Amino acid sequence: MDQEPILSVQHLNVKFSLRGKVLHAIRDVSLDLYKGETLAIVGESGSGKSVLTKTFMGLMDQNGWIDSGSILYNGQDLAKYKTEKEWLTIRGKEIAMVLQDPMTSLNPLKTIGMQIEEAIVLHQHVTGPVAHKRVIDLLSDVGIPEPERRSRQYPHEFSGGMRQRVVIAIAMACNPKILICDEPTTALDVTIQAQILHLIRDLVHKYHLTTVYITHDLGVVANVADRVAVMYAGDIVEIGMAREVFYDAKHPYTWALLSSLPQLGVKGEKLFSIQGTPPSLFQEIKGDAFAARNPQALKIDFERRPPLFEVSPTHFARTWLLHPDAPKVDPPPVLQRLKQEELA
Amino acid sequence: MSEERKILLSVRDMKVDFGSRRKPFHAVKGVSFDIYRGETFGLVGESGSGKTTIGRAIIRIYETAGGEVIFDGQKINGKISKELDRQVTRKIQMIFQDPMASLNERAKVDYIVSEGLYNSDRKFTKEERAEKVRRALLDVGLLPEFASRFPHEFSGGQRQRIGIARALIMEPEFIVADEPISALDVSIRAQVLNLLSELQKERGLTYLFISHDLSVMRFICDRIAVIHKGLLMELGETELLFRHPLHPYTKALLSAVPMPSPDCRTEGPPLIYDESVHDYATDKPFWAEIEPGHFVRANQKEWAAYQEELKKNG
Repeated sequence: MDQEPILSVQHLNVKFSLRGKVLHAIRDVSLDLYKGETLAIVGESGSGKSVLTKTFMGLMDQNGWIDSGSILYNGQDLAKYKTEKEWLTIRGKEIAMVLQDPMTSLNPLKTIGMQIEEAIVLHQHVTGPVAHKRVIDLLSDVGIPEPERRSRQYPHEFSGGMRQRVVIAIAMACNPKILICDEPTTALDVTIQAQILHLIRDLVHKYHLTTVYITHDLGVVANVADRVAVMYAGDIVEIGMAREVFYDAKHPYTWALLSSLPQLGVKGEKLFSIQGTPPSLFQEIKGDAFAARNPQALKIDFERRPPLFEVSPTHFARTWLLHPDAPKVDPPPVLQRLKQEELA
Repeated sequence: MSEERKILLSVRDMKVDFGSRRKPFHAVKGVSFDIYRGETFGLVGESGSGKTTIGRAIIRIYETAGGEVIFDGQKINGKISKELDRQVTRKIQMIFQDPMASLNERAKVDYIVSEGLYNSDRKFTKEERAEKVRRALLDVGLLPEFASRFPHEFSGGQRQRIGIARALIMEPEFIVADEPISALDVSIRAQVLNLLSELQKERGLTYLFISHDLSVMRFICDRIAVIHKGLLMELGETELLFRHPLHPYTKALLSAVPMPSPDCRTEGPPLIYDESVHDYATDKPFWAEIEPGHFVRANQKEWAAYQEELKKNG
């Protein structure tokens, strides 16, 4: 992996207007996506992980807007894009997306072949037999047997796993540089999940894709990611290489998230659970957003937002615990078990 | 677990069919297992395997097409007396998957939680009912004031607690929990799991836990049965099953679970279960106990191979 950023997000703020109130969904997020890497964004529902990646493709809901900040891609600031025409130069061609539910992301009235061809014709300006050949190639690329026959079938004739393969084929249709996978396997069975993850990994190698995974499943994250970003209440609280985040986490929220994994539980004993609920993003958040749920929160956590401290050149965390004057707080001992092969 | 375990629920060769009688679809094709009093028994399988159907057939939502369900010594499937039906309805309760869909949107929590009491054999006065609702809500960690609110005022985790309170108010002995935490966020999941095991300790409840999430099953279940296409493949104590699975389907299923640790990454293509590995043309498969407490589906030839494998594992 070279360290050249392909996409760079700077101090991004995203707001939504909901029932007359303003919701601050993304709070001052900066993120560099490096060429060829696989980045996983983890967080609970409502943490802003989907919204963040939707801003890369101009797919935000009507009531949302980028308040400030920039998204640099190929020397262009995507945050300034307004019209569909501008977005069509990015969407599909440069950045493509695979969504969670393969049952709803395909059109039930059109054959699989037509749906893939549509994307090719729209973006690559080829038609007829050339486009058709590309459809067949794509289908066999994503591991669908008998592509010629299958391309004439409708979505309902496909199983969930096969449908997700079709969705991936559509995403791959225009040779994108960046592939965003938003919970690509959440709706699938574990054995199918393993196959789809394997397929995406193969495609990433074959086409040198840069990939962003959005998921709440830490098992999936550990299996696919080079780098992991942890989001909480619209902010990236910790980011680092996968091993750094799993084995040497620094932020109390990352600790809490990892500790509540059932794999770390001891039978007959209580599983660690985070108390309370995430803060409301309708109100201005003061200090560390996680402070209210963190029993070991410091006084300053409630007053001032912590800066992003550098742990290593690749590992950063937004917590006052890393300040030189902070008291020493050790991570929960249970996290040690993640390193042991007990899990295997 | 003690040696003298009492069987609470016994399922014998259960069959469930859907569709018309002329062209039935066999969802459950003859499943047998016992659940002991006080344990958590897990039923794991992929979508369409029939795990939910079994749970629903036990609480009499679906009719069985064959076999027996014996609860506390009495047969409870098929035609039973009204009296027994009432008893079973009280003693066996269910917790559903989706807390957003399983609560009546137009009823207040008070009614949702106490609805079962209206249909029980004992008649309760208004005060008694209110008191029971209050206690049930406290038991699941909710405030009694919540009784006068509507479901939409609650978060997913709180709604699932309401679903649990609704089951508890009947003072059941046996609870069928069908994917009770699948729809919840990671941090809320842990809270609900803790609540379920606390309640089990306090009241000696027995759970049938239905899920596709193997890591949760490993944490919460004493014994696990693996189901595939309406048939049990393997059954055993949780740790034994996770460490030394015998059946190829169990192996494929376990190997597919991603570990939350980057050093345990699974490289290479995933194991895929191929039914054609079984040659059942002449040598028919059967369901039997291969070692104490460990059941597996196999034919004579496979049986011998599994026994070899068990010896090797020690």
